[in-house]
Amino acid sequence: MANDSLMIFWEGYGLPTVIIVAQIVAIIVALLLSVAYLTLAERKVLSAAQMRKGPNVVGPFGLLQPIADGVKLLFKETILPAGANRVVFIAAPMITFILALIAWAVIPIGPGIVLADINVGILYLFAISSLGVYGVIMAGWASNSKYPFLGALRSAAQMVSYEVSMGFVIITVLICVGSLNLTDIVMAQQTVWFVVPLLPMFVIFFVSILAETNRSPFDLPEGESELVAGFFLEYSAIPFALFYLGEYGNMILMSAMTAILFLGGWLPPVDVAPFNWIPGPIWFAGKVAFILFCFLWVRATMPRYRYDQLMRLGWKVFLPFSLFWVVLTAGVVVAFDWVPQP
Amino acid sequence: MIVQALAFYLFAGMTIASAVMVIAARNPVHSVLFLILAFFNSAGLFVLMGAEFLAMILVVVYVGAVAVLFLFVVMMLDIDLVEIRQGFLQYMPIGGLVGIILLVELLFVLGAWIAVPETAAVTGVPLPPPEQVPNTRALGVVLYTKYVYLFQASGLILLVAMIGAIVLTLRRRDGVRRQSISGQIGRRREDSVEIKKVPNRSGA
Repeated sequence: MANDSLMIFWEGYGLPTVIIVAQIVAIIVALLLSVAYLTLAERKVLSAAQMRKGPNVVGPFGLLQPIADGVKLLFKETILPAGANRVVFIAAPMITFILALIAWAVIPIGPGIVLADINVGILYLFAISSLGVYGVIMAGWASNSKYPFLGALRSAAQMVSYEVSMGFVIITVLICVGSLNLTDIVMAQQTVWFVVPLLPMFVIFFVSILAETNRSPFDLPEGESELVAGFFLEYSAIPFALFYLGEYGNMILMSAMTAILFLGGWLPPVDVAPFNWIPGPIWFAGKVAFILFCFLWVRATMPRYRYDQLMRLGWKVFLPFSLFWVVLTAGVVVAFDWVPQP
Repeated sequence: MIVQALAFYLFAGMTIASAVMVIAARNPVHSVLFLILAFFNSAGLFVLMGAEFLAMILVVVYVGAVAVLFLFVVMMLDIDLVEIRQGFLQYMPIGGLVGIILLVELLFVLGAWIAVPETAAVTGVPLPPPEQVPNTRALGVVLYTKYVYLFQASGLILLVAMIGAIVLTLRRRDGVRRQSISGQIGRRREDSVEIKKVPNRSGA
């Protein structure tokens, strides 16, 4: 009798819990490995752009460098500044890191390969990415120090500004899809990837995610020439590592978002023989890797923006243009009777 | 069902606890952070009720935009906590009085609340069950057909409020050098560079 109810409990609650925890662990391990090797890839790409060799001592071709870096940060001392607000100071890097991880719950990496296929997937992603500003702003305030605070204020204004145009770009895509579900968004691109009809929006989205992740040429929150290191100036050891992981995790997340919205997610470019032999997740990883390479390429090439120019670009160029494009897309879709039917 | 009930009590308890902490916390920045926690847990409650669209919009609008601006302002205020606590006893009678009056008014309003029986027939557009139609589509269908004028009117009101705020705070200061991007791009070589033949030992 007791055995029976135990069985029912196991099948009703125990087994699903075990399965979902296993899936979460699989996603997180893969993500952390990608982050580790993204840092190596960044150093290798930058060194190639500057005609250096880059890290090549630890392991073959420097492949063990990220592990060495991680171990170094792990064994350093965590320093809490005397004037810091302790709870918020410790919570800020945790929030940054957690937000970079939980967004992956809805990212489909292949047909049906997704942890939670929710109806409002793209809104969930947008909500999570708009929360990223809290880690930065809390870190800057809790450090109780001038430069981190200035960095946090810059970052807050910058991320809020570029979210607006990102929102409009997402709306443009949604008009063409007719659903907020990420799998539906990918499946709507079977005939043509959205990068072709919506090329200007793709460009705006790419520049906006550069600003949203505080990457160069918009890395003003951490601009070392004027703010020393920006909002994470006072951090060391593990909290610093969490910020680092969070930033790179966000880069991968935003690249995945671009791949899903514009580059057809896991779909091959054309659905013919040699292309559709390759499984979907590999196409997806390839697209994400390409966009990440563009991130690094931009960093190696462009000088940093001035802050007023950054704000001007966000509010006076991207916002009106993306708003115009939303209206244009909606008009075209209605005029040619292309409204997506459920 | 048990899991859902547990999740409900978790979210509801956290919402109330963090709402209490908003007014109980000494540090205003902590208050705002607790407010954000309360928003989050309310979003969780929305998800439990099947209103996933509202939950996400709550997070995007309130947590992602409004609370950031709150935090922005509160962080930059230079608040002396000791000074605030000194004034506490002085202001408590009048503050308490206002609070009690508001509470009594609320009780009167809620106590006399009667829903007209026809309300459901007048306002209720029958929503399809969430299993058939995602509630984003259900909301959109109602909002952009039946209530499109009200929707546009609320948008206009917000626009007017925004313009008002901009007009109130806009000021032109003299002596500020602004960058004219179009002017910079419109410059031609002939306007700015002149090539002169300089004879030896005589200067330009």
